[in-house]
Amino acid sequence: MKRLFRYLKNYRVQCVLAPLFKMLEATFELFVPLVIASLIDYISAPSSAGTGSGFIFRSFALLIALGIVGLISSCTAQFFAARAATGFSRELRHDLFKSLLSLDHSQIDNLGTSTMITRMTADVNTAQNGVNMFLRLFLRSPFIVAGAVIMAFTIDTRSALAFLIVVAILFAAVGLIMKLNIPMLRKVQSHLDRILRFTRENLSGARVIRAFTVEEDRQKVFENANSELVSGQIRAGRISGLLNPLTYVIINLAIVVLIRTGYIQVSRGMLTTGQVVALYNYMSQILLELIKFANLVVTINRALASADRISAVFALADGESDERAGTGNDSLIDQVNATGISGGRTLDTENTEGCSVEFKDVCLRYHKEADESLSHISFKAEAGETIGIIGGTGSGKTSLVNLIPGFYEATEGEVLIDGIRVDDLDGRSLKAAVGTVPQKAVLFAGTIADNLRWGKADATDAEIMDAVRVAVAEDVVDAKGGLNAELEAGGRNLSGGQRQRLTIARALVGSPRILILDDSSSALDNVTDRKLRDNLKNLGYKPTVFIVSQRSASVRDADKIIVLDDGEVAGIGTHAELMTTCDVYREIYESQFGKEEEHGA
Amino acid sequence: MALDTSGFVPKGNLNTDESALGRTGRRATVKAVLARLSAFRGWILVSLLMAVVSVVCTLQVPIRIGYVIDGICLIFGGEAMDETAVAGVTTIMWRDLIMAAVFAVLVGVSTYIMNLVNNHITYLTVRDIRNDALEHINVLPLKYIDSHSQGDIVSRIIADADQFADGMLMGFTQAFTGILTILGTLFFMLRMNVAVTLVVVCVTPLSLFIARFISSRTYKMFRTQSIERGEQTALIDEMIGNAKIVKAFNREEEVLSRFDEINGRLEKSSLKAIFYSSLTNPCTRFVNAVCYALVALTGSYFVLMSASGSMSRLVSGLSVGTLTVFLAYANQYTKPFNEISGVISELQGAVACAARVFEILDAEPESPDASDSLIDTEGYVDVDNVDFSYVADRELITDLNLHIKPGQRVAIVGPTGCGKTTIINLLMRFYDTDDGSISVDGRKIDTVSRHSLRSSYGMVLQETWLAGGTIADNIRFGAPQATDEEVIAAAKASGAHSFIRRLPDRYDTLIGEGGASLSQGQMQLLCITRVMLNIPPMLILDEATSSIDTRTEMRIQKAFLSMMQGRTSFIVAHRLSTIREADVILVMRDGHIIEQGDHETLLKSGGFYSELYNSQF
Repeated sequence: MKRLFRYLKNYRVQCVLAPLFKMLEATFELFVPLVIASLIDYISAPSSAGTGSGFIFRSFALLIALGIVGLISSCTAQFFAARAATGFSRELRHDLFKSLLSLDHSQIDNLGTSTMITRMTADVNTAQNGVNMFLRLFLRSPFIVAGAVIMAFTIDTRSALAFLIVVAILFAAVGLIMKLNIPMLRKVQSHLDRILRFTRENLSGARVIRAFTVEEDRQKVFENANSELVSGQIRAGRISGLLNPLTYVIINLAIVVLIRTGYIQVSRGMLTTGQVVALYNYMSQILLELIKFANLVVTINRALASADRISAVFALADGESDERAGTGNDSLIDQVNATGISGGRTLDTENTEGCSVEFKDVCLRYHKEADESLSHISFKAEAGETIGIIGGTGSGKTSLVNLIPGFYEATEGEVLIDGIRVDDLDGRSLKAAVGTVPQKAVLFAGTIADNLRWGKADATDAEIMDAVRVAVAEDVVDAKGGLNAELEAGGRNLSGGQRQRLTIARALVGSPRILILDDSSSALDNVTDRKLRDNLKNLGYKPTVFIVSQRSASVRDADKIIVLDDGEVAGIGTHAELMTTCDVYREIYESQFGKEEEHGA
Repeated sequence: MALDTSGFVPKGNLNTDESALGRTGRRATVKAVLARLSAFRGWILVSLLMAVVSVVCTLQVPIRIGYVIDGICLIFGGEAMDETAVAGVTTIMWRDLIMAAVFAVLVGVSTYIMNLVNNHITYLTVRDIRNDALEHINVLPLKYIDSHSQGDIVSRIIADADQFADGMLMGFTQAFTGILTILGTLFFMLRMNVAVTLVVVCVTPLSLFIARFISSRTYKMFRTQSIERGEQTALIDEMIGNAKIVKAFNREEEVLSRFDEINGRLEKSSLKAIFYSSLTNPCTRFVNAVCYALVALTGSYFVLMSASGSMSRLVSGLSVGTLTVFLAYANQYTKPFNEISGVISELQGAVACAARVFEILDAEPESPDASDSLIDTEGYVDVDNVDFSYVADRELITDLNLHIKPGQRVAIVGPTGCGKTTIINLLMRFYDTDDGSISVDGRKIDTVSRHSLRSSYGMVLQETWLAGGTIADNIRFGAPQATDEEVIAAAKASGAHSFIRRLPDRYDTLIGEGGASLSQGQMQLLCITRVMLNIPPMLILDEATSSIDTRTEMRIQKAFLSMMQGRTSFIVAHRLSTIREADVILVMRDGHIIEQGDHETLLKSGGFYSELYNSQF
């Protein structure tokens, strides 16, 4: 929570000036009843009957003047508040975006993409609105209330005491209503979220729901959830609907009491009629401000809830210690280094040949409670070797290769690259050395060249085209009309196979020393896949290549094939070796090619 | 098919729809809303009654207090009065004061009752609309669901319905009381003094014009802001959605600098929009202050005039107490004006939102269901001369004929877009044929209820949809009464058990909407398990194993085979290895069946099938 206040740091001046000008406006407003009081005393005095209207005009001019000064100071305050709020949200969004980008993979998994996006958009907007309203009103309303009480004291101490009591009662009433109501509203929101999810499910699952003929059950569940929502709303409404009537009654009863005592004071000559009217006006002012204040509390509460959610993201990104978090302009590099997944050592950047990769008794668990996703993996890939990784769904193939660029940390054991522990390596240099082609082929809005330069920002067109050729993607580039053809977000204007080949090219542009192809030829036909593998073998340099696949054909020619089964190594060796020694491998092979006898290879 | 990929639902977009919503459309919507409200006639009557009570009492409070102040003036301000006169005035004063208190309490009580009643009316109306909408979705043709954006439909049922409720609630509470307050104030003011009333009536609407002026000027600024916000959200969506790739390529800084560029622009446009729109309040407050000052000026003038006895006969006099009433009214009078202008736009919005919701309710449902049911289905399936197309002039399936005996395994193969999945859509009656007929056990499927037809089929689709809830809930989807043992047995048979036992809470693990935390293959295994728990007499497997590796597939093949034993089965697959053992293989191309026969015969004939089959090696 405190963390978010930092973003107001650069707007200290505005944050002071906005409420100050609001206070100024409020002060002028507080003078109005005094002017009216003297006016009433003047006109109700028998002596002034029939006299000139000079005093009345002076009072009128004073009222207009107060209005103009109030208008000016209020507009000024609005500007400063808007300035601070928008500046706050810009800096907040910047840092939040930066933090989200600095999360490591397991944190991304835990948080979920849609949550991250709502934090960035809806929550930041709510927080911005909160800051804005806070600066505008939070001082104004209490100031008017306090001011009205103080003014009452200047008029008459006894009546002012009544004011104090009434204000105390009002605050207690409003506070109690809020306190009861806010958790109710939160519940209503969660009910609403539930029926939203349910509705969306019913649409996306229309076929399944109809096929299983469970429409009526689903409808029943929905109607129950809907009824719960409504009874929650009505329950919350019972409390929140109390706010306006209750405060109104309290204030007006107070006014009645005030006038009763005022009468006695007047009879004793301690008050004038005008002053009684002034007290009456102050009481009414309190009512108006109190309602505004109550609404403000709701807004602020919402903003605080958003702020909490945002802070949670920061806390996650900051890891254990809070100091490490960057707030100002410290570079991302520092932040990446500070996330604890990477140390300070770097890989030799001059060397373009492959790195050796060694796993020593590596285990990986995604959740503390879950079983191991990888258990006791040990192998060594020599520099320049091609390693095939094969196994069934959920056997741990992707988990294994994700450990190489340090996307996840091994729970036990160590991963060594060129003999250096991954944890000790600088994250940036490690990632620069590893070219990854993820399972999901995603490209970004922009030109093909923009996309391919992700691997190396200053790559020449020739370098890019080399990579495109290796990835067998020349026809994709040609079909789209050259490297400067525009791609839509996600690469939607490409087919799956086209997208996949471009993501391979993207990984190749930086001439990575380790290349990881994570099931990245699934959308390619066999001929293209074969060509790709041949091209990779004949690169001008020799990276260490990891090919993850479900297809035996894709890994058959690898120097070493690691067969995974349920997170464990079921066998390591060449195709020929594994066919005789590894049952799992043979089963996979036969499931795709049939038994050797039948087809004779 | 439109898919909703965004994680949240945007608020109902009014700007685009308001123009699309014609005058007649608006009238029809209002009619529909009123029809729904007519069920609450009694409640509405109570609400209106309470509004009248609350407004009249609200206006009475300052009047009574004004009388009391006049009393004070009379006793202490003017010439000295004798004791009996003073006693008379004070009795009247106290009565008025007590009346003020009583009226204040009445205001409180009536307002509260009105609030409760209005809540009741709106929330229940919206609840019924939502229930109807969801029920309607179940009978909407799939064509409607497939051809409309799901995000849009959801946003109509949730966000639009909510906004409609808000608008209606505001309309109820504020429009009526607002108008009543204006009329009531006018009435009481006119009774007190015409000239001062004129001042109030002339000046107050100024605040309305100013508010209108500002909002029309700021409209463009808000548009710019929302465009830039949209641009930023798109970037966030793209980059955060693929954060892993961004990180893998060390692109954080480049992405951040692009983000900052939009962020800077957004800050500027937000500042403008927020600042200029926030001028409304100070400006209307200023108008209010001017009105107040003018009332004080003219009112005081009249008080002096009446005190000096120099009043003309045309204008009634003014007492100090009445002046305080006027001042109180001057303060209150602008409020309903500002509120009503807010209410009008809110109501317009509410009508637009309601129209969007009603569009769903008014969408043509599926043709009415037959009352007959299929019982103890044996599994004869006959397709006779069927024509079908999704889009009227782009024919897809023409003159399709097919005759399947019980227990036969039918594999459907062919290139993408040849109509394989369409056949499934027709068999399950997700879509109706354009021409020709489909029969099960000799009965045309449009003569039996959809429920009985569909529950005769077990279905596994390529698209892996799971409901929110636990793993076990999902396996029990079609058979809620299944025991834990049966669930686990089914999971073991499908091969899902091995990954389920590795999940944090095993069978009680919650899976997100769409099963976000599971891989495609795992979701598909669950979809298979779901069917295995309760296997109907016929089966449809549409790319049921497309996301499962071949070895796992081979393992569950056995389970599939036992599942298909004695059941008519339709299997759509890319991988030809999985369909080699089918009794009948239908080779489809461009909506026609071009080859038909078993594996061996088709392979020997050297046609399209053998071409397809051999290309995979």
